Amino acid sequence: MKKQLVFILLAFSLFSLVSVAADNEVATLRDQTKIEDQKKPEIIPKVINKDIKRKRNYPMQPPVIPHTIRNYEVNINNNKCMTCHGRQRTEESQAPMVSVTHFMNRDGNFLAEISPRRYFCNQCHVTQLDAKPLIENEFVDMHSLMKKRNSAEK
Amino acid sequence: MKKLIKIGWRTLRSPSGYYSLGFLVLGGFIAGIIFWGGFNTALEVTNTEEFCISCHEMENNVYEELKTTIHFTNRSGVRATCPDCHVPHKWTDKIARKMQASKEVWGTIFGTIDTREKFLAHRKTLAQNEWTRLKANDSLECRNCHNFDYMDFTEQSERASQQHSDSLATGEKTCIDCHKGIAHQLPDMEGVEGW
Repeated sequence: MKKQLVFILLAFSLFSLVSVAADNEVATLRDQTKIEDQKKPEIIPKVINKDIKRKRNYPMQPPVIPHTIRNYEVNINNNKCMTCHGRQRTEESQAPMVSVTHFMNRDGNFLAEISPRRYFCNQCHVTQLDAKPLIENEFVDMHSLMKKRNSAEK
Repeated sequence: MKKLIKIGWRTLRSPSGYYSLGFLVLGGFIAGIIFWGGFNTALEVTNTEEFCISCHEMENNVYEELKTTIHFTNRSGVRATCPDCHVPHKWTDKIARKMQASKEVWGTIFGTIDTREKFLAHRKTLAQNEWTRLKANDSLECRNCHNFDYMDFTEQSERASQQHSDSLATGEKTCIDCHKGIAHQLPDMEGVEGW
């Protein structure tokens, strides 16, 4: 009797597992395309290349890159970004200089060169694509929140 | 034997004494076509991408790097092959470059850059050779395709059109001054102007 019960329970749990796997709702890059089918690739959006500065969503936000950076090398040998945004280069390029925080080491001391921890620009700064957001962004910045509260208080 | 050499020498000294003028003229003409044609055909064979990447030094290093760039694949399908940028099109310049390239044959035979490590160690020298050449001829190989007179600045991004109409138009700078590393990866740029 006990053995039978265990068997039934086991079978039931196995069945439920299988059914869960069948209608897997987890969104993947393949969008539940059958394994034997090839999904039609999405159109690759273009990088925005207008050279116009974007508003930052909060004061500490790393500014986004308003131009293409295809094949820009940032590696042990070179940093292509610094050929315009480096301190010595900004007069000629008229590009914004990297912020002074980039010269600070983790103890807050200023170095003569870009600190190694800030060397890889793309860790924080990214280009923007000419694409619709995949999900709606509900971010509200502090400024708007305060404005709202102040007007409510009045 | 001695007699044979004597005859040969006499024929060379005054061929018209032994062969008819028509034969000599016609023969010379035909031989000229064959030699000149053969020479140019052989020259053109060394001017193909297949020839360049038949050496693994080229195929595994610079060609692999080229593949990721816009000069290899792009929206319109026009691409640059090795000789388009690295061999001058004008005949005299081409011959001069080919004579220089005989050093590259030496390099191949003695394996100057036959490993990735050796190649990377030499990369700066190699790159500088090309930069010097392009700087000296006002980026001629770039301009073979990218003709300044037909550049539509309105189609360029604002930044690009400004720099092209300032520095490039006045001749103060040439293509290679800014566009280094567009087809291959860069060496360590320490000490290079503008870096």
